[in-house]
Amino acid sequence: MKLLVCIKQVPDLESRFKPNTEGVWYNETDLAFRMNEYDEYAVEQAVQLREKLGDGTELTVLSIGPDRVVEAIKKSLAMGCDNAVHVQDSAASSKDPWQISSIISAYVKDKGFDIIFTGMQSQDRGSAQVGVTVAEQLGMACTTTIIGFEYDNGTVTAKRELEGGIKAAVKLKTPALVTCQLGLNTPRYPTLPNIMKAKKKEITAIAVGDLLKEAALATTTSFHPPAKKGGGIVLEGDVGELVDKVIALLKDKTAVLR
Amino acid sequence: MKTLLIGEYRDGKLLESTYELLGFADQLGAESALLLVGSDSQLPAYPGTIYLADAATCGEYNPDLHKQLILDAVQQENPDYIVFLHSSYGWDLAPRVAASLKAAQISEIIAAADGSFEVGCCNAKMRRSVKPNTATTVLTVQAGAFPVLQPGGSPTVKKLTGTGSGALEFIGYEPADKKDVDLGKAEIIVTAGRGIGKKDNVPVILALAKALGGELGASRPVVDAGWVEHSHQVGTTGQTVSPKLYVACGVSGAIQHLAGMKKSDFILAINKDKDAPIGEVADVLVVADVMQFVPALTAKLAR
Repeated sequence: MKLLVCIKQVPDLESRFKPNTEGVWYNETDLAFRMNEYDEYAVEQAVQLREKLGDGTELTVLSIGPDRVVEAIKKSLAMGCDNAVHVQDSAASSKDPWQISSIISAYVKDKGFDIIFTGMQSQDRGSAQVGVTVAEQLGMACTTTIIGFEYDNGTVTAKRELEGGIKAAVKLKTPALVTCQLGLNTPRYPTLPNIMKAKKKEITAIAVGDLLKEAALATTTSFHPPAKKGGGIVLEGDVGELVDKVIALLKDKTAVLR
Repeated sequence: MKTLLIGEYRDGKLLESTYELLGFADQLGAESALLLVGSDSQLPAYPGTIYLADAATCGEYNPDLHKQLILDAVQQENPDYIVFLHSSYGWDLAPRVAASLKAAQISEIIAAADGSFEVGCCNAKMRRSVKPNTATTVLTVQAGAFPVLQPGGSPTVKKLTGTGSGALEFIGYEPADKKDVDLGKAEIIVTAGRGIGKKDNVPVILALAKALGGELGASRPVVDAGWVEHSHQVGTTGQTVSPKLYVACGVSGAIQHLAGMKKSDFILAINKDKDAPIGEVADVLVVADVMQFVPALTAKLAR
């Protein structure tokens, strides 16, 4: 069997974000990048299936972006992916979800992947479109937001997370694509021996121009902080003084503390 | 300007959130038609056209077939915008419709003006303005971002038909886990977020909850990590709460969390990140290390 997992590298979300020169996305200076959290669950699920199926199964990890994304690719290889594809694109952040999906679909076409795993969305862009669009472009069965995954003999049984803690169980015949929600599994930490082993695994580089033939369907015109609503009090300083201030405020503004 | 609004049913009931789509269309100043995969007996009051397919034959989660039904209505209606709620139903179905039409999709809209749409990004810390480059555009709107609008009137019903289960078989719903804690009734909730750092620190947050006479809440990452039981989870996929006092300890304030607690009477947030989105709803934001501030507050309250 052939498995694929698609990952994105995103900045640490606790960072402060400043607009880039064009004012349409963040400036990358001073940002630390890591694997998109949703994608860690996708990689873990793919690796678990790869381990269950054993020899004869090949798990490829794919990422699109500048050279920095190789770090996230290496982590996936250390987690247990067999080989990798790096679609080199220094301007990936300016592409819309349709273009990103088209790049993946152009690579996947004719490769005969049985199951594709993606995160449910990225933490920075958050469109939740790419996985489903890839499935649609390739005519694969697809379900989203999964928190349970089983595979047996050509059939995926997945549990989707709906609102209010309700779940929905669905079955899909392969070839299938699933988008993974947080909590699907417990993503492993790569061990040192596996990190060393991963260094020998192959990373194939492909220029984005070889895959992308589509124009953007939507354009970002501005990237900016939310308008401050105000009203809230912000307290900073010495912890002891903060405690006294907070207790005074709670006594003054709420009925719960006397 | 014309919109086709895609409503949502679950277990045979029209979801209230469908009325937020009407609120969105109203703000856009657009004409609307509604598409429902539901039943004759559960139709809402509505002054326009309802495209209706029968959920008994078309299913509630059958994306390949629902996509065909929507494409059928799009052909009849020729809308500028096809609008979904950004929900487990909407974000699953919208890209399928958009791809079939090769239409732009803009996800999780929080505001609209002059053909441009405002969406959150970077974990709700930042915003983007996005413009479609296509004549027809698929939109998903953020739950709770637009007002509920319940119109009167009797709809003109146009029936849509279709069969087939496509590539996916729906097996059934599973109810939410039984709640051993009813946070909905709690007057005080003290919630542990990812910022507490590790499972060993949960008792520190619990101690503050006890000192205040309240219940322990938890954000999604804390539950996913197995630090606190799911029955304590606050947010879209957990419980929706509105206590007199809500204390958010190291909770960054993801949209799904805010949706579950922003109606609290008084919100105290403790976070070392001054820009964390929880600050948008907090009455008081204490910029401090949770593990230093919370024990100090608990000690002072106990005195």
